[in-house]
Amino acid sequence: MAKLNVNPTRMELRRLKTRLKTANRGHKLLKDKSDEMIRQFMIYIKENKKLRDEVEQELADSTKSFMLARAVSSDAIIEEAIAMPGTKVELKTSSKNVMSVDVPEFEIIESEKKELYPYSFASVTSELDSSIASLTNLLPKLLKLAEIEKTCNMLADEIEKNRRRVNALEYVMIPQLEETIKYITMKLDENERGATIRLMKVKSMIENRN
Amino acid sequence: MRDGGIAVVGDKDSILGFKAIGLDVFPVEGETQIRDTVHTLARTYSVIFITETAAAQIESLLKRYAARPYPVIVPIPSSEGATGFGMKNIRANIEKAIGADILFNNKEDK
Repeated sequence: MAKLNVNPTRMELRRLKTRLKTANRGHKLLKDKSDEMIRQFMIYIKENKKLRDEVEQELADSTKSFMLARAVSSDAIIEEAIAMPGTKVELKTSSKNVMSVDVPEFEIIESEKKELYPYSFASVTSELDSSIASLTNLLPKLLKLAEIEKTCNMLADEIEKNRRRVNALEYVMIPQLEETIKYITMKLDENERGATIRLMKVKSMIENRN
Repeated sequence: MRDGGIAVVGDKDSILGFKAIGLDVFPVEGETQIRDTVHTLARTYSVIFITETAAAQIESLLKRYAARPYPVIVPIPSSEGATGFGMKNIRANIEKAIGADILFNNKEDK
């Protein structure tokens, strides 16, 4: 590892030692952060997988009955039936802090429940009813999935970034600082020895002259 | 934080049902149209559900939105059933964060 390009002075040595201390401390903190983030991530990702399994299952069922309804009635009737939905889903978004990562959080604002089925029952089949009922029940789960999936996504990003920082400190910064500190200490020691030798030399020269 | 609504993007057959429960649906076809639609919607909506078939076509665009808190773009199975695109994303996340796939191991052995 290359040493830093600095002057081998006592002042520089002191400065580097402080930097090394900070780097070590930062490294420890970041490593702890990484551990905790991974622990949180595991919780979220397990939930994510479970939720996605469920949602995919239920959504497949509800789309199936919707397809059935479309097959039974004509296109025009279906489109007319759902052209004016009775409910409107409003969303309140906020953000939550997970390990200093801002992740989204949703809340459904229920508009006053008018009528779940915005059509007359005479014109369409019961498959459409069941499809819409199951979709309505599924919506909170879908939003939860959106929330958790985003959280996982962002946490994964952050964990990766954090790992880079930890590695940079551990394998670049800290060895570099240590090497430079060693170099400066050696250089200073060498200078000191040089000074002593010079003194001795001068002393013996003076003695010889006498 | 913005209070955008929920949009659903995908082929008409898969997403029409969502209209009945009060979400905004945007039927699309073809890569360019999907891309344009998602791009426009991303500005106003906070949650976008997109069918897996459509999502698979614009993967690069989705990656760009992945790092931001909003919008949240979630792949959902289309009428043809789940393609595994959503699961693939979860797996990619795990690999990115931990370096090895530890949740899906058992499945791949079989």
